[in-house]
Amino acid sequence: MKILYFAWLRERIGHAEDTIDPPDSVTTIGEMTEYLAGLSPAHQRAFANRDAIKTALDQVFAPPETPLGDARELAYFPPFTGG
Amino acid sequence: MPRIIVGPADFDPGTALATLEADAGAVASFIGIVRGIADNRPLTALTLEHYPGMTEQALATIANTAMIRWRLLDCLIIHRTGRLEPGARIVLAAAASAHRGDAIEAMTFLIDWLKTDAPFWKHEEFRDGTARWVAPRETDQSARDRWIEQ
Repeated sequence: MKILYFAWLRERIGHAEDTIDPPDSVTTIGEMTEYLAGLSPAHQRAFANRDAIKTALDQVFAPPETPLGDARELAYFPPFTGG
Repeated sequence: MPRIIVGPADFDPGTALATLEADAGAVASFIGIVRGIADNRPLTALTLEHYPGMTEQALATIANTAMIRWRLLDCLIIHRTGRLEPGARIVLAAAASAHRGDAIEAMTFLIDWLKTDAPFWKHEEFRDGTARWVAPRETDQSARDRWIEQ
């Protein structure tokens, strides 16, 4: 599964993308977040403040309890500041 | 059909708005410009990061919502990406209608919603060498939410 990071999350992790083949125990976005936070000290720092992070599954907003299902892309980002 | 353009290229407002004018009695538009000062500090650049794919979808959803909610003939959103310097155009949101009321309200809705509901992130570089990611503002969220309460 492709994991994408944007804005300060990308900066803190040090790269924009991970490709993850998660263990069977990871079935939801929230479980994936826990798994990613354990990948490296940089990931752990990036995910420290979970409340400030939003997620989109296959480019659609999705809360932590959402099942990953057959989705191909999971994105992590702070709230939007465009315009 | 609403039109959505996302990318680094600058745009000419006159040319862009002229495409909305056919058969319309009213065209309302908003243009966002990079400010030279942020929090009383001189800014050297503003970089807009976005989520290619999701950005276009999100903007199309916002534009289609406006087309349903107001009597519009057309609407247009242009949003630039990448590193921009003070004075550069960032965004254009415009709506065309037979009458000004619908055009003005719909244009305001477009800009209020694209600030909070489209995946863009602003990064500021200051003349003193520091940089920061722009934090979301409560006023932007309340400007968005007023369209729900009505």
